Amino acid sequence: MTRSFFLRTPSLLIFLICLALFTFATTLAAHYGLMSTSFVKTLGKTLCLCLAALAMDLIWGYAGILSLGHMAFFALGGYMIGMWLMYARTEEIVITSLANSGLPATPEEIQQGIASQIFGVVGASDLPTIWAFAHSLPLQLFLVIALPGLLALIFGWLAFRSRVTGVYLSILTQAMTLALALYLFQNDSGLRGNNGLSGLQNIPGLDATSQDSISLWFFWASAAALALAYLALTWITSGKFGSVIRAIRDDEARVRFLGYSVEGYKLFVFTLTAIITAIAGALYYPQAGIINPAELAPIASIYLAVWVAIGGRGRLYGAVIGAAVVSLLSSWFTGGRAPSIPLGFMTINWVDWWQVLLGAAFVCVTLFAPKGIGGLFDRFAGFHAPDRKGAPLGPDQGSLQEKEALE
Amino acid sequence: MSQLLEVSGVTVSFDGFRAINNLTFSIGPAELRAIIGPNGAGKSTFMDIVTGKTKPDSGTVTFGEKSASLLKLSEAKIARAGVGRKFQRPTVFEDQTVTENLTLALKAARSPWRVLGWRVKGPDLDRITALAQQVGLADHLPRKAGELSHGQKQWLEIAMLLAQEPRLLLVDEPAAGMTLAEREKTTELLVDIAKTRAVVVVEHDMEFVRRLNCRVTVLHEGSVLAEGSLDHVTKNQDVIDVYLGRG
Amino acid sequence: MRILLACLLALLCAAPLRAETAAEILTANAALVEKASRQTIAPVIDALGASGDPTAAAVLEAWANKGLGIRKSDGLFFLITANEGGYALTDLAGAPAGEAAKSDITELKPNAGVRGMIATALVQFTLSDPDAAKRAAALDSIAKDPKPEALAPLRAAITNEPDATLKAQKQRLERLLTLRFDPESTARIAAINSFGADLGLDLRGALNPLLATKKLAAAEPPTANIAQELKPGRDLSEAEAYDLLVSANLAPARLTIEAARTALIANLAGGAVGGIPLADLNTQAARDRAYTALEAAGTVPQAATDDEAAAALKAHHFYDIYIEPDPGVTTAAAAALKSIGHKVAAMQAADLALDGLSLASIYFLAAIGLAITFGVMGVINMAHGEFITMGAYTGYVVQLYVPNYTASILIALPLAFAVTFAAGVAMERLVIRHLYKRPLETLLATFGISIALQQILKNVFGTQARPLTSPAWLDGALTLNDVVSISYIRIAIFVLALLFLTFFLWLMKRTRLGLEVRAVTQNPTMAASMGINPDRINMLTFGLGSGIAGIAGVAIGLFAKVTSELGTDYIVQSFMTVVVGGVGNIWGALAGATMIGGLQKLIEVFNPSNTLAAQTYMILFIILFIQFRPRGIIALKGRAAGD
Repeated sequence: MTRSFFLRTPSLLIFLICLALFTFATTLAAHYGLMSTSFVKTLGKTLCLCLAALAMDLIWGYAGILSLGHMAFFALGGYMIGMWLMYARTEEIVITSLANSGLPATPEEIQQGIASQIFGVVGASDLPTIWAFAHSLPLQLFLVIALPGLLALIFGWLAFRSRVTGVYLSILTQAMTLALALYLFQNDSGLRGNNGLSGLQNIPGLDATSQDSISLWFFWASAAALALAYLALTWITSGKFGSVIRAIRDDEARVRFLGYSVEGYKLFVFTLTAIITAIAGALYYPQAGIINPAELAPIASIYLAVWVAIGGRGRLYGAVIGAAVVSLLSSWFTGGRAPSIPLGFMTINWVDWWQVLLGAAFVCVTLFAPKGIGGLFDRFAGFHAPDRKGAPLGPDQGSLQEKEALE
Repeated sequence: MSQLLEVSGVTVSFDGFRAINNLTFSIGPAELRAIIGPNGAGKSTFMDIVTGKTKPDSGTVTFGEKSASLLKLSEAKIARAGVGRKFQRPTVFEDQTVTENLTLALKAARSPWRVLGWRVKGPDLDRITALAQQVGLADHLPRKAGELSHGQKQWLEIAMLLAQEPRLLLVDEPAAGMTLAEREKTTELLVDIAKTRAVVVVEHDMEFVRRLNCRVTVLHEGSVLAEGSLDHVTKNQDVIDVYLGRG
Repeated sequence: MRILLACLLALLCAAPLRAETAAEILTANAALVEKASRQTIAPVIDALGASGDPTAAAVLEAWANKGLGIRKSDGLFFLITANEGGYALTDLAGAPAGEAAKSDITELKPNAGVRGMIATALVQFTLSDPDAAKRAAALDSIAKDPKPEALAPLRAAITNEPDATLKAQKQRLERLLTLRFDPESTARIAAINSFGADLGLDLRGALNPLLATKKLAAAEPPTANIAQELKPGRDLSEAEAYDLLVSANLAPARLTIEAARTALIANLAGGAVGGIPLADLNTQAARDRAYTALEAAGTVPQAATDDEAAAALKAHHFYDIYIEPDPGVTTAAAAALKSIGHKVAAMQAADLALDGLSLASIYFLAAIGLAITFGVMGVINMAHGEFITMGAYTGYVVQLYVPNYTASILIALPLAFAVTFAAGVAMERLVIRHLYKRPLETLLATFGISIALQQILKNVFGTQARPLTSPAWLDGALTLNDVVSISYIRIAIFVLALLFLTFFLWLMKRTRLGLEVRAVTQNPTMAASMGINPDRINMLTFGLGSGIAGIAGVAIGLFAKVTSELGTDYIVQSFMTVVVGGVGNIWGALAGATMIGGLQKLIEVFNPSNTLAAQTYMILFIILFIQFRPRGIIALKGRAAGD
């Protein structure tokens, strides 16, 4: 981390300062009661979504792979941490209730109690094999990274090896997340079917701590993760690696003839971003409190792409801005707090019409502002570029258009 | 003198159409060779086979002192083994600066992990500057490649090829879209390069080929029609028929 | 008067043969009849049933319906009908016999048990009732609840049956009853064998109970109809086997964890049990030790140890015993069921193929529009699903105004095409044409349109499902036998899919538009220089693809719930269909749909209750499939593939 690294990428420093200020302000506001606990949680969750968007920007904006399945990794990360949260929490409850039963509980009884507590809802009373590590926080934390990473590795290896590109790959990733969602929807999947995992906001061993403090801790953790990821991704993209993946995006074949294993790079980026997304999910769901297979619906991953597109792809801060703006606006509009607009013959009730607005806005951004919100910063910075009538910069489907490549 | 690249008995067909038909071709380690032939003679397919883009139905392609087969290797591995290719249309990474383009091509580790930690150092910068100087782009290093003129892009791509330090260069119509002065410079450069490595030039322009002053291979319907000096092949009746008669 | 004469004649004829008339039987057993109970009345009812007196049926029916009474003054039986202040009397032969005050008559009120016996006795009369509908109803009721008693009356009613169909039904039912209830085992075996590999559900329903078994534990082989001997650990778990021993009182009960727990708590003394401190009892091993200590002290009963349990299991044999005692019958039934099973399996395979075909035609319909826009134009239309939904809602709206279902569907199909064609053209003009050659952007822009459209549809039509009713002639199913059947709606969809295939082939190969579309697909620049307007062609192609989605929507809406999310359920499958089949080729879409539909049904066979699992595995299969054929089943080869 030399001095020149920060100097060469001024946006990094600005971003980190903004994030620090934001974190500080939120902490103060929460401390003096100006901000409700639920709003702190919303902000914390938003930071996690920004982190996921960051990963999405790396894989799509930089490497040109439009993955429509990254929210599957997000949810998997959530499931992995959720398993420990739910297990440990249920263990506490079971031990308390067994304490009054005359005899001290045996490990088998505790295990049985936990299993019937957790799985009674799907009519099972045995702990499935996949819960074998759920008792251990370190193991489960390892799984947060390992399982989505492994899934991405296998899927990516299969997909990239057979040179599936462009929209085919997008559809394939979408199929992957759909398959996973359908699998998890089954009651015998071992993850409570459509009930999902719940009560995740209660952190085991922290009964005495109020949700106010817990929400702030998670907020800080999310901010720290975002800052770290931003730093790491800036470092990656500013070097030769970034140069290679952007080259792959613009002209895959040419990169191959330069001697780079395009598949290897794609696999690397796919797996790396899957892991980042999984970490984001592992931070998100304890704040959300509940996770179920609906979170893996293909549409969630498309929304991720929408955020990055609206924020401006191919630039890291664009992804963060897009995710923050759209998800906060979305919760404002759908939270029923936005004022309705009476039109005489009908009333625009934003709870019902927000999606329409979002869809329309999204079409407009794609058509008229492919740079997204991030493009506005270029105006201030006074960037300009030669006019090549908007021709694509490379022959590949994921390559940037002239208009977008102004960073 | 043992040959650097040996292609023997290679056949490729697309949907029954034989693009390459029992082609045999070889080139030494420091040789300049021009390949000419009418459209559809199989020039591009030949390059595709050598660089690994197209897998032949039959035949062998071997490379280097150990005569390792190229057929099992991926494009990237073939490139790393020392085969460089220049496309007809200049293909440089337009969104990246000239420096970045050259850095990408610079001979160095190619695996993702090694590249991740790779940072540009003094000798690399010197090499990049030297290459840029050689092709006359020294003043344009910080510019984006997309802003360069067509000819400059051709030069940049040639510089990138040199940066790869290949043992065999496949060059597809290097002179297309160049001014006369640029062509002369290109000729000099190619002749110069061929002193230390093998260069295969595919070209339509007979004047350019004449200036290269090297052995010429004429391709027709996927196989070698004639081989020898330009004067020799232009006197060959078959070649005359193909170019003038049946076209 | 004629009835009376007929009755008289019948009486005259019957009298010499039969000992008694219904009236005589009743009068002779008046005391029994008046205080009828299940245990005692059987001979009377049997006598009435066997009397051959044609009035017996009416008498029995009246009796069951509280329409039979005794005149107190002389003890005579009458059919009674309540009127003001009393009863209208009819004698048992059917002739009016004046009236009587309420107090003069004892109304007979048979209890439910007796009524049941009367009903059984009545069966033979109903089976020979002059009204064919009544006979059919009687047959149905016997078939629904087969009883041994029905056998004799049924046999008696066969010979005189005038209706050929009913006669065949009666004969079939007679054989079904024979194989279950006939006292002669040879008759039963003959009845079983007479069916061969018949596919009827009723036959399997009759055969299966014959093979019902129960598990039995015994030291010596029992003298029963043994189906098979069971080995503990192989055919049944050792715990199950031991439970059998326990329930047969052949071994003491094993100590459950729960029982041990209760015993330990009960013997808790001074903070310790059996010398082991309470706090140490937090493992099963410690609890076992404590219990052993209590056993040694004699405070708790001896529980079977694992060794004893194993020895007990070894000392006994376990059997599956047929409840049916006759081995000849069970053997015949098992053989019959086996051969039926083979035939059923073959038929199920046929049924499965039909199911797969019908699912394939649904996918094909849903995907064909996509195959056009994606395959021909290279445009990913994420709003395709919403176009399907729009088609379905168009059908719903038409049905609001046109109540005749046949007419409304005929109007809805072209209208849905028009609506979605217009929507598609608008979308192409406004959005997609700016994004050609940018497939990823198109994907995202059309996704934006998709979420907006879906929400608008939700706002307009609400979230609950709307009905789209098919015409009555599409209700029901074409039933080949009890295994193979296919609903008419699915046949209609199959036909529709075929129509579209033909239409599309005709359009592409035989019309000017098709020629131009193919030209633009292959080389837009060249096509433009030949005077074809690529803009117009693209617009029309896109409109066509969207329009077909609308028609598919009407078809899908006929059997699926019409909600704003209708299309979303099909969109991913549609993409899969196109990708698996191979882009740019209608046959590809067909192959893809066939493969995906067939495969999904095939996977469902292995786990019929779980369509979610079937879909999961199918998608996994597709991901693997793409490995081996990245360009789909029907791929363009060579240079045309454009790699």
